[in-house]
Amino acid sequence: MIRNELEGIWHILLKDLKAYYFKPPNISWGILFPLVLTLAFTLRNPAGLAELSPGLVAMAALFGTTSMEAIVITFEKRVGALERLIIAPVSLATILVGKVLGGAIFGLVIAGVMTLISLLFLNATVTYPIFFIAVLILTVLVHSALGALVAVSVKEVFEAQTLSNYFRFPMVFLCGVFLPVEAMPVPVQVIAHLLPLTYSVDAFRQALMGPLHVTLMLRDLVALTLFLVIFLVLATRLLKKSLE
Amino acid sequence: MNNIITTQNLTKYYGSLLAVDHISMNIEEGEIFGFLGPNGAGKTTTIRMLVGLTTPNEGTATIKGYDIQKDIVKVKSCVGVVPETSNLYNELTVWENLRFMSGMYHVPRNERDHRITSLLKTFGLADRARAKFGGLSKGLKRRATIAAALIHRPDILFLDEPTSGLDVMSARSLRQFLKDLRETGVTVFLTTHYIEEADLLCDRIAIIVKGQIIAMDTPNNLKANVHGTSIIEVVFTSPVKTLNLEELQAYGSIEVKDNTLRIQVTDVLKSLKAVTRFADDHGLKVVYMNTVKPSLEDAFVKLTGVESEVMLMEKERRGGGA
Repeated sequence: MIRNELEGIWHILLKDLKAYYFKPPNISWGILFPLVLTLAFTLRNPAGLAELSPGLVAMAALFGTTSMEAIVITFEKRVGALERLIIAPVSLATILVGKVLGGAIFGLVIAGVMTLISLLFLNATVTYPIFFIAVLILTVLVHSALGALVAVSVKEVFEAQTLSNYFRFPMVFLCGVFLPVEAMPVPVQVIAHLLPLTYSVDAFRQALMGPLHVTLMLRDLVALTLFLVIFLVLATRLLKKSLE
Repeated sequence: MNNIITTQNLTKYYGSLLAVDHISMNIEEGEIFGFLGPNGAGKTTTIRMLVGLTTPNEGTATIKGYDIQKDIVKVKSCVGVVPETSNLYNELTVWENLRFMSGMYHVPRNERDHRITSLLKTFGLADRARAKFGGLSKGLKRRATIAAALIHRPDILFLDEPTSGLDVMSARSLRQFLKDLRETGVTVFLTTHYIEEADLLCDRIAIIVKGQIIAMDTPNNLKANVHGTSIIEVVFTSPVKTLNLEELQAYGSIEVKDNTLRIQVTDVLKSLKAVTRFADDHGLKVVYMNTVKPSLEDAFVKLTGVESEVMLMEKERRGGGA
C-alpha cells in the first residue's frame, strides 16, 4: 500500500521536525554555523570569496544534515523510541526515508542561510537557478542518508559523531571545497571521486558561477542520485540486520 | 474459538545463547493469555519476535493468519504493543503523541480526534492532553503508552510487564481495564512476573523457563496439577527451624518460615495426625492450623524451582518498568 507508506513518511517527518529539528537551539545553530564559517574565511582572506561560495554552501549542507541526522536516529535507538516506529505498519525503508527527509530539510535551512550570505555578502550569484535547486536538494538528501547510514551502524550518540567525522573532515579537504580536485595528485583525485561531496561542489560551482557543462552537470546529478540510493539501501539493510 | 496466534517451534538465539527454545503454542481469540516466568526466561524476546522487533532463527508464527516473517506489515496493523518501557516521545505532548500514532496506524482522518479524546477520557488523561509526555509521572506515562497502543483498535494487544512500576491503584484499574477490553473481543497477550496478577487476570498461562514453555493451562488446572493436592499450614508459638523435621518429611515437601510450617501433602488426614504428634513431641503450641489448596505461586515454584520473592527481587534489582 504505497499510500500508507507515504503517510508514514509524512508523519515521521513532521514528528522529527517538531520534536528535534525546529527547536530554538538547533535553529540558532543553523544560523550561526554559516555565519561563523563565512566570518572565518572573510577574516583569513577577504579576496576571492565568491569563488569559495560553492564549497561553503556544500560544506554547510554536509554539516547541517549529518550532524543532526546521526544524533536524532542514535538518540531514538538509545531511548527505545525507534522501536515505536519499527512496530508501526510501515516498511523499514519508509522509516528511514522519513528520517532522511527530516535531516534534509534541516540541512536545506542551513545551506539556504549559507546561500543567502554568499549572495548578500560574498558577491556570489546564482547563474543557473534550476540546476542550483536540483543540486541543493540532492546534496542535502545524499548527506542526510549518509548520516542515517552512520547512525544505524552505531549504538551511542558519541559513536555517531565520531564516525561522522571520519567521513566529513576528509571530504572537506578532498572534495574541492578549498582546492580544485583537478589540482590534487591523481590517487587523491580517485578517492575524491568516490565521495559524494565532490559531485556536489562541482555542480554547485557550475550552477553558481558557470560556465555550465551539461555533461558534467548530468554526471554530478546522476552520481548524487546513485549515492542517495546506495546509502538508503545500505541503511535499510543495516537496520534490518540489527533486528536479527 | 479460533486461534489468533499460532507458533510452531519458534526459536531465537542471541549469539550462542538460546533465548527462546522451540516454543509452540496456540492463543485463542478473545482470551487473556499470560506469559509467566523469571528474568531472562524469554518472555520479552517472544513478544519481540511476534511483533517484528526481532527475527526468529527457527520456526514459524502466524497472527490472524499472517506469517510474522512474510506479512509483517499486515501483522503490525492488527496488533497494539505496550513495551516494558513507556517509549512515547518526551518532546511531544500526550495529544501530539496520540495524533502521531493515529497517523502511523492509518486511522481515518475524520476519526482521529474523536478516538484520541475518547482514549484520553478512558485513561483519565483528558486534563493532561497538552502536557509534554516527558513531564508525566510513571503511572501517567504508562497509561498514555497503553492509549497509544489502542489508537487503531487492534485485534490483539501485547503488553510487556504492564503493571511494572505502577502504584497499587493504577495497577488495579489497569487490570480491570484489560478485563473490560477482553469483553470487547480484543485478545490480550501479556508478560508478567507478578504471579498473583497472572492468576487474577489470565484465562490461560504459559510458564516459561530458560526459553522453554514448561506448562500451559488455565490457572485452576495449573494449581490442580501440582503434585500433592493440599497444603497444611501450621503456625506455632515458637520457631520450628531448629527442630528435626525428618519425621514430617515423609508426608510431603516442607517449607519453614519463622513460626510457620507448610507441608504439601497427598493424604491430609494422616498428615494432620503427624503434625499434631510432632507438636506434642516437641512441646509446641499450635496457634493456627489450616489446610489450603495450592496457589498458583505453589504451582509456579514447583514447576520452575524459582521462589516468587527471588523473582521479584531480581526484577526490582534490574529496575523494571515505565
